[in-house]
Amino acid sequence: MPDSTAPDQAPASADLNSTVSGRAVPGPAVLVLEDGRRFVGRSYGSTGQTLGEVVFATGMTGYQETLTDPSYAGQIVLMTAPHVGNTGMNDDDMESRQIWVAGFIVREPARLASNFRATRTLDDDLEAQGIVGISGIDTRAVTRHIRSLGAMKSGIFSGELFGLSDSEQLERVLSGAAMRGRNLSLEVSTVEPFSIPAQGERIGSVAVLDLGVKTSTLNYLAERGFEVLVLPQSVTAEHVLSLKPSALFFSNGPGDPAASDAHVTLLQEVLRAGIPYFGICFGNQLLGRALGFRTYKLPFGHRGINQPVLDKSTGRIEITSQNHGFAVDMPIEGIHESRAGFGRVEVSHYSLNDQVVEGIRCLDINASSVQYHPEAASGPHDANHLFDRFRDVVLASQSAVAGETK
Amino acid sequence: MPKRDDINSVLVIGSGPIVIGQACEFDYSGTQACRVLREEGVRVILVNSNPATIMTDPDFADATYIEPITAEILETIIAKERPDAILPTLGGQTALNAAIQLHERGILKKYDVELIGASFDAINKGEDRMIFKQLVLDAGADVARSFIARTVDEAVGYADDLGYPLVVRPSFTMGGLGSGFAYTEVELRRIVTDGLHHSPTTEVLLEESILGWKEYELEMMRDTADNTVVVCSIENVDPVGVHTGDSITVAPALTLTDREFQHLRDISIDIIRAVGVDTGGCNIQFAINPVDGRVIVIEMNPRVSRSSALASKATGFPIAKIAAKLSLGYRLDEIPNDITGVTPASFEPTLDYVVVKVPRFAFEKFPAADQRLTTTMKSVGEAMAIGRSYASALQKALRSLEKRGSSFHWGDETRTVDELLTIAEIPTDGRIVTVQQALRRGATIEQVHAATKIDPWFIDQIVLINEIADQVAAADRLDRDIMILAKDHGFSDAQIGELRGFGEADVRTVRHILGVRPVFKTVDTCAGEFPALTPYHYSSYDAETEVIASDRRKVVILGSGPNRIGQGVEFDYSCVHASFALSEAGYETIMINCNPETVSTDYDTSDRLYFEPLTLEDVLEVIYAESQSGELVGVVVQLGGQTALSLARGLEAAGIPILGTTPDAIDLAEERGLFSKILGDAGLLAPRNGTAIDFAGAVVVAEEIGYPVLVRPSYVLGGRGMEIVYDSPSLADYFTRMAGQGIIGAGHPLLVDRFLDDAIEIDVDAIYDGHELYIGGVMEHIEEAGIHSGDSSCTLPPVTLGRAEIDRVREATLGIARGIGVKGLLNVQFAIGAGVLYVLEANPRASRTVPFVAKALGITLAKAAALIMVGTTIAELKAEGKLPLIDGSRVPIESPVAVKEAVLPFNRFRTPEGLAVDSILGPEMRSTGEVMGIDRDFPRAFAKSQLAAYGGIPLSGTVFVSVSDRDKRAIILPMLRLQQLGYEIAATIGTAEVLQRNGIRARVVTKFSEKTGEHDVSIVELIRREEIQIVINTPGGSTARADGYEIRAAAVAGDLPLFTTIAELSAAVASIDSIRDGFEVTSLQEYATARTALL
Repeated sequence: MPDSTAPDQAPASADLNSTVSGRAVPGPAVLVLEDGRRFVGRSYGSTGQTLGEVVFATGMTGYQETLTDPSYAGQIVLMTAPHVGNTGMNDDDMESRQIWVAGFIVREPARLASNFRATRTLDDDLEAQGIVGISGIDTRAVTRHIRSLGAMKSGIFSGELFGLSDSEQLERVLSGAAMRGRNLSLEVSTVEPFSIPAQGERIGSVAVLDLGVKTSTLNYLAERGFEVLVLPQSVTAEHVLSLKPSALFFSNGPGDPAASDAHVTLLQEVLRAGIPYFGICFGNQLLGRALGFRTYKLPFGHRGINQPVLDKSTGRIEITSQNHGFAVDMPIEGIHESRAGFGRVEVSHYSLNDQVVEGIRCLDINASSVQYHPEAASGPHDANHLFDRFRDVVLASQSAVAGETK
Repeated sequence: MPKRDDINSVLVIGSGPIVIGQACEFDYSGTQACRVLREEGVRVILVNSNPATIMTDPDFADATYIEPITAEILETIIAKERPDAILPTLGGQTALNAAIQLHERGILKKYDVELIGASFDAINKGEDRMIFKQLVLDAGADVARSFIARTVDEAVGYADDLGYPLVVRPSFTMGGLGSGFAYTEVELRRIVTDGLHHSPTTEVLLEESILGWKEYELEMMRDTADNTVVVCSIENVDPVGVHTGDSITVAPALTLTDREFQHLRDISIDIIRAVGVDTGGCNIQFAINPVDGRVIVIEMNPRVSRSSALASKATGFPIAKIAAKLSLGYRLDEIPNDITGVTPASFEPTLDYVVVKVPRFAFEKFPAADQRLTTTMKSVGEAMAIGRSYASALQKALRSLEKRGSSFHWGDETRTVDELLTIAEIPTDGRIVTVQQALRRGATIEQVHAATKIDPWFIDQIVLINEIADQVAAADRLDRDIMILAKDHGFSDAQIGELRGFGEADVRTVRHILGVRPVFKTVDTCAGEFPALTPYHYSSYDAETEVIASDRRKVVILGSGPNRIGQGVEFDYSCVHASFALSEAGYETIMINCNPETVSTDYDTSDRLYFEPLTLEDVLEVIYAESQSGELVGVVVQLGGQTALSLARGLEAAGIPILGTTPDAIDLAEERGLFSKILGDAGLLAPRNGTAIDFAGAVVVAEEIGYPVLVRPSYVLGGRGMEIVYDSPSLADYFTRMAGQGIIGAGHPLLVDRFLDDAIEIDVDAIYDGHELYIGGVMEHIEEAGIHSGDSSCTLPPVTLGRAEIDRVREATLGIARGIGVKGLLNVQFAIGAGVLYVLEANPRASRTVPFVAKALGITLAKAAALIMVGTTIAELKAEGKLPLIDGSRVPIESPVAVKEAVLPFNRFRTPEGLAVDSILGPEMRSTGEVMGIDRDFPRAFAKSQLAAYGGIPLSGTVFVSVSDRDKRAIILPMLRLQQLGYEIAATIGTAEVLQRNGIRARVVTKFSEKTGEHDVSIVELIRREEIQIVINTPGGSTARADGYEIRAAAVAGDLPLFTTIAELSAAVASIDSIRDGFEVTSLQEYATARTALL
């Protein structure tokens, strides 16, 4: 379950706020990439084997949020920041109930956690949750490799499996699932629906399709006065409509949007019912598909908290938190006709780094979405106002509906 | 919004002389700004009084004024040039304060000129503490509780409320000048008195203590469309209580969670928006309580700062360059990121490495100064290092300081844990090494944290370094794994050698046999996300190197490392000029340096930049990496000061070609015996001299040649340890003080020279190509011999030397150049005493005066020397127009006179008791910077130099004079003239008697030591009461020594003009008439045109 409320644990009280983890010298580990390239380092976290798509994340802060972001399910995440774990782990900064990454690559793991909020070390959590990692490798070389050749299948082998032959390890890596065509929603989504009450004055309810939603997103929605109804990813359109929500929201999440036909169909049905929609990340890709556009896999994705995005309507730049390997295929200029019959559509935001679509707005129906993360966590709060915009849109649609019924 | 079309000319204000708190980072930012503005087609008018800077090179502006940065002079320039706008945010606090004055005096309005970069309103909001405090509170952020006091008594009252200790901060000062922690009422009274004096608005802020909190800085940029980015976060390893300029700092911040970091970012954006900085950068400082995370905003600077230079070098994001573009109206997304070429500047750099900056102090120059680090900045320079981990970056940074004992070591440590922890409690230079020793001796992280408040994470990293050291020491043999482990944690070959009990060279040999060499990574702003176009590299013991092969002919230029007294921006000027000249001549230039403040470490300056320590090991590895492709023509060592020169031998031994003067020839100049022979062969005289390696030997030499003697260690720069000694007991005392510094001994003998009293000292900068000598300039010192040339003021051309004397100097220089075998630059110091020309010393390298010569006469020696080093001849340089046909030994009479004046840092230092440190000049250099005054004659030029150095000579008031007996005769005429000019004169009894008998009215003032009772007012009290405007005091015999100190200390504390030599006094008196006339201004370009017309 995503943590929907603040944990009720006492903060760390020690004067020093530091917890020293064990100093046993870790054994060897190896990162093997699908093209056969190998990087030998030290075992980190749990030992054993893990397989997944290797991606790099460039944020210098926020490893806890990254690790617990469900969008990273199935991926072996490399942190380009050299020191990771310095501030330990705490309960407040969990973006979901657990760590989701398939594996973790860092150059310099912290030996000690130093922060007044830290309740445990990162090592503690990695070990407790069985996350296989590797440290002490040339992370920049791996990053440059992925940057030039694209994200690829990979595996980390440590403990007894470190001793497997190179070819055996490579074979295991190649046997792993490819990210393209992969649907991971079931793995990360809540099984049972649950709700979070609105904070302050309730303006209505929002049905949230949990494709891997983050705690911060739910909190921001509740703070804006929404009663938040979190639904499993397997829910039907009939069920959604039966809840009579004021709006629908699709969260971020892992996997290839091209493999999520059911969610696309659901979205189309709800949109046809005239319910306002807002989506983030995966929710942006699914809106794109629902409108009849294609999605495609980026060579190595956008994963960082320093990504400049232009808001075309205001001309302002937002420094955004991003984590996506797929994007919507739509020309960033001009107004386009939805091939699925939803009227006119335009790109509302795009990346200033590589002109990738970062947001879509429908002009004839009440639907919009962004590819990046306005909830940040981790990352800058520049795009937080999108939650306000969503609230305003919902309020406006309510008064429009009220006007019509009068 | 695209570029504004209504700005066609901009006046850029520089930061003036290098002082503590304001160093060559503003040369870097100003140079970038001038370049950008000109690229944008804007006419650039530049004013800066500092001739040593690269920005004042006439190539960087359309009109370059080396003039004092005062409102009057600026008005004169504005009236003449009529710029559309003034850019004051790249010249430090000096430029910002000048802009405020221009606004307040209505000059901006009068000439209809706009401030760009930051409006007056924004500057005021950022700088005025009360306005700023309110603005922070409005942004929903917190500030320390505080009160403004305008009198000392008011301050004492507020202190009862805030409790001790508390912080005192004067408004509108830089580098924390005048601020500090007060633990008691006595201290509070002293600091507030000082602070009120230094604050232009006579206000100080009293604040609750946040001592020991974690300290952070964010570097921000904002454009006219309200787009804001955080360029860099910087964390101070030394917690609150130590000025950020004196702290070890690290980028990015390493001990913040994302939530905390984003909170700081949110506050910063709110503040920059509220202050209204909308076309440039600013930095904001924060304190965080480590116990509960409470955040306090300490201050902001609405301008480019020392930290922004550091942030630019740390991230590859050129803040000053972008700030200049923003000031023309561009938006961040309209400016490309140079490094990637494809992404815009509207992003936040992300680092996949760690940057550590360490301060360089010069307390050895001010032994009386309080060495405790406080909120007043005391360091004179800094070194930066880049590593793939904090441990490696820290170790690289510490060895970049080139200072004995600055690196971690594992030798004998006899002090106990308790002793070490007690020492570490008080922040001082080198505390980090004390911490390392304490941990080595068994102190726990908790104990060290309790003593220092340094974050446990940083302490643990030192524990880690000690653990690695133990492993290196305990390993059965130095195998590949242990070698890589040590190198990955930043251990130098020398440190590994220390741990294993053998020499640095042996470690290197073993390492190379094991195939362990560093790779070079790239600073790319984006952690590898996009390909980088700029080869800006640092070393790391990682898997993959990023050095791109090239088939060009390469020249490596060694920079001069961290600024220190005696080695500063002047050397960077020469390195940068060499790089430009060699690049233009078709060479691929490769710069190695570790000083983040400099132009040389701008990725735009050379073809390739290696940000590395200037040690033999680090330099050899860069050269090895570059030798893998193309052709290494050689290494330039003669431009980077003693730092670069001291590597020549080692490089040569490793088979690396040294360009220009050979290491053997360099030794000829340094080695006393060999040099005497050269002088003998050339028929030249040196003062009688000898060498000694211990006290006994020194006494023998001194007695033989006769006291007074000038003593100095060999192979040092800036006159380190240079003193005039009058008798054997003083010589014994000298050896006691030098003991343990390792600068005198076998191989490094002490040089003992007969000291020439009353001689005129002359400096010559020249170049020699093996056949022809070319004089850059003959500079005449204003003070007599005995004062270090770096602290002495001098004139170019000389103003009292005859043609025959100059010809003798020229001939002598030629003889020395030929004798040594110079190929490139040569600096010779001469003295003329009783008509005899003596050679004091010769240095076959760039001198501090190379840029001064370039600005005064338009002769660019550094560029010429660089080309001579690669084989060009002087004849060719003349033919190509790269050198004027007539050299600097013959200056036409119509030429202007330039005066260089030293700027001394005495007012930055106090003794532990809070008194000013002594300020007399001597053979050991203590100035941090210099200014130049240039005008049609000596009095005018001198007056400008004084105006630029300290605000100039007051035109009325009381002159206090107290001189030694030997100077009494010489003061009669100057004092008579001062009286005629309307000054009142006060003097101590002995001096007053001489004046009275010569018809000069002088009020007798009690000496400090002769004060008899409460009502007897001594000179020191008169100075404190501001009843004295000018102080003249020459040091005399030992009885008067204590009084002299009291007088000079009071003068320094009161910021009064202080003359300690008769020569400088006479020059000042001669200049007063010209000040009363007012000044005219002439640009270097106008002087150049006039020079061409003369030929």
